Amino acid sequence: MSLLLIFEQLLNGLQFGVMLFLIAAGLTLVLGIMNLVNLAHGSLYMVGAFVCAWVSLQSGSFLLGLVAALPATALVGILVELLVLRRLYDRDHLDQVLATFGLILFFNEGVKIVFGARPLRLDLPDWLSGAVEILPGAPYPAFRLAIIAVGLLVGLFLYWLVTRTRLGMLIRAGASNREMVQALGVDIAKLYTLVFGLGAVLAALGGVMAGPIYAVEVGMGEPMLIMVFVVIVIGGIGSIRGAFVGALLVGLTFMLCRAFLPGLFGLFLDPAGAAAVGGALASMAIYILMAGVLIARPRGLFPAQG
Amino acid sequence: MQRSDLAALIGLLAFALFPALAWAGGLLWAVDLASRMLIYGLAALALNLILGYGGLVSFGHAAFVGAGAYVVGILSFHSFMGGGFLGLPGSGSGFLVFPLAMLVSGLLALAIGALSLKTSGLYFIMITLAFAQMIYYLFISLPDYGGEDGLSLWARSDFGPLDIGNDVVFFYLCLGLVLAFTLLKRRLVGARFGWTLMGLRDNPRRMQALGTAGFRYQLAAFTLSGAVAGLAGALLANQTEFVSPSFLSWHLSGELLVIVILGGIGTLYGPLAGAVAFLLLEFLLREVTEHWQLFLGPILILVVLYARRGLWGLVEGRRRD
Repeated sequence: MSLLLIFEQLLNGLQFGVMLFLIAAGLTLVLGIMNLVNLAHGSLYMVGAFVCAWVSLQSGSFLLGLVAALPATALVGILVELLVLRRLYDRDHLDQVLATFGLILFFNEGVKIVFGARPLRLDLPDWLSGAVEILPGAPYPAFRLAIIAVGLLVGLFLYWLVTRTRLGMLIRAGASNREMVQALGVDIAKLYTLVFGLGAVLAALGGVMAGPIYAVEVGMGEPMLIMVFVVIVIGGIGSIRGAFVGALLVGLTFMLCRAFLPGLFGLFLDPAGAAAVGGALASMAIYILMAGVLIARPRGLFPAQG
Repeated sequence: MQRSDLAALIGLLAFALFPALAWAGGLLWAVDLASRMLIYGLAALALNLILGYGGLVSFGHAAFVGAGAYVVGILSFHSFMGGGFLGLPGSGSGFLVFPLAMLVSGLLALAIGALSLKTSGLYFIMITLAFAQMIYYLFISLPDYGGEDGLSLWARSDFGPLDIGNDVVFFYLCLGLVLAFTLLKRRLVGARFGWTLMGLRDNPRRMQALGTAGFRYQLAAFTLSGAVAGLAGALLANQTEFVSPSFLSWHLSGELLVIVILGGIGTLYGPLAGAVAFLLLEFLLREVTEHWQLFLGPILILVVLYARRGLWGLVEGRRRD
């Protein structure tokens, strides 16, 4: 019984981890290649979730929502890149933090005006809302399994894209020496816009996946964004591989601590105290993990070269 | 530099006369807003010591503000409800809780700084954020002190003959503390300490070659900055008569960064101008529309793009670049 419970929590951690990875992948590319701290990445995640929820509500089809959300968010992302972020690439991190903080305020309020202040509900179609019996006696929600599958596929796709294609080669080259790539005749501005659009699509995908599990509400991006930054910093800025490993580490740490720490403290504290201390430590665990990693390896687990 | 000092004197005069002017104009409620500006200004001045002069981007200064506020909140809670915190009896005396708030925040900054200063650049931004988030979740999980809902103060701190329950008296307390720290900072920045900090900001390798123990200077600045942020927190708790985890949230850390940059990073008085402008803007936009953030956001972006040295840059006029 308790083995099954551990197994289920491992799957939960994996599912949360791959969702973090979807958002982290785009952010780490933007950070590593363009050297841009984009706090508004969480807003793209929110926009994706809202568009999907709204279209699903209107049309009654989750798939239609998904299909609408990805290009819509890509469009928003590209617009933001062209209008604002493009001017920030050669500024220092501080200016970028401030300007993208402004973008967060703008997006949160804008979404509130367009979609209303109340959270939207995102319902799953029947074929995704059931449970699958992965081990005898251990049913697990089909949708969460689907998230894990999609996340792993995206991971493989990005690995292929970055290491095996010409675009990926340019991305890597742009990360290590921007001027040289430009001197060789590559339109670096177009490349940046493209990479940013790709990151926006991945964030939207993360938002669509998160919608049915968590609430689709204004401000949903920020808690996620902070976790994603933790992921990226643990993995090493600019490294897709690092983002993947970091995301799984953070996802598993968070879910396992949340499930088991209160019980652990229950062994030597009274139940109320154990719940409080355990819950707090579970929330703190990922930050403790990050601080530990940074103190041991100040540039993350997989520092990108260059 | 003379021009900047003159402007600062005019600003000080305006603040000193403000309660009288507000009273004459029938706007006595605005004194509370002005106190809030001073408190945010004090926190921003503290942040600017490491951000502007040290080049250390702390994205976790809310932790020190919040810790200071909670020291006031928790001790006030115990002085009315009995009991104690870790063996400490409660107290409502400002002469005790204010220094204690500075001490606690300073020690916290010493610990966080000692660990965080091993990293640099973006990693420093993120690790300070991570530590602040830890403190945030720690206080959320303390049901005795209100958890997520926070804690109401029974009364403002007791300063003996000085009744800070009165908004005007409280305002002058804030003004006095801001003035004291500004003078201290002015002296520090002009002294060897400040020049060392700036040297470490601009060329750490060279400073190392000169034999400077950079880590100690940066840690000292970080600790002082944290302690003063804690003092601002103690004032904030008194101003709102309420303490909540939102004082520890990363939104406040972000706002403080915004205020410093808006006012003019690495300037002596800029952060104060930034606090006045930011809170005034927020207040006015709130009056006009409930969707004030829709306008505040783009304004911040425009400031970043077009006013690169902040508001104080306009005051100082053209300077070496």
